[in-house]
Amino acid sequence: MTLVISRAFVDAIVEQSRAEYPDECCGVILGPVGSGKAERLKAMVNVAHSPTFYEFDPKDLLALYREVDDRDEEIVVIYHSHTETEAYPSRTDIAYAGEPGAHYVLVSSRKEIAPAIEFRSYRIIDGVVTEEEVSITD
Amino acid sequence: MSIEVRIPTILRPFTKEQKVVSANGAALTAVISDLDSQFPGIGERLLENGALRRFINIYINDEDVRFLGGLDAQVKDGDSVTILPAVAGG
Repeated sequence: MTLVISRAFVDAIVEQSRAEYPDECCGVILGPVGSGKAERLKAMVNVAHSPTFYEFDPKDLLALYREVDDRDEEIVVIYHSHTETEAYPSRTDIAYAGEPGAHYVLVSSRKEIAPAIEFRSYRIIDGVVTEEEVSITD
Repeated sequence: MSIEVRIPTILRPFTKEQKVVSANGAALTAVISDLDSQFPGIGERLLENGALRRFINIYINDEDVRFLGGLDAQVKDGDSVTILPAVAGG
């Protein structure tokens, strides 16, 4: 399964990861239910404000799910940044991954590759990580 | 006493893919017990050593139960309970 995502969203996520550095940034991309299309980006607050952890604020999380339901949308992408490690799901990412239908996107600007950015996508289902291709559209 | 409980995708295998189920109980702990008797195994996904799991969020109507007394939070007929796994990681 390939993640198809617009260049504008990739740029916005990279920009957000730089703006919130050294903390991890996070957010979602929503799309019409059943479509699997990443159409509406929504940055979320990392309530942990941490370089090694992220968590959506529980109040924002409820509001997000209500909004998604009201608009007949689904969560297509859940993204966050890694600031010092590669763009691969950490043990905690795998342990807490609760949306088997979502693409989990990781971006990293770790020093070894700076100023380049890694942008990778995965499925995380029952503790199993499967990397998938990312197709960026203009 | 009938409480509407909204089940997240990841727990729907327990509820035969039902998104909304009904449960009974005057406090959240009783609602969870009732859910677990209807859908065996779901309780363990919500509780750990008798406490709410850290990365499971439960809301009564619009309020996070952590601000309503946790498992002792009171529910009444017509209330809606929403279960959402935290979106979190490292």
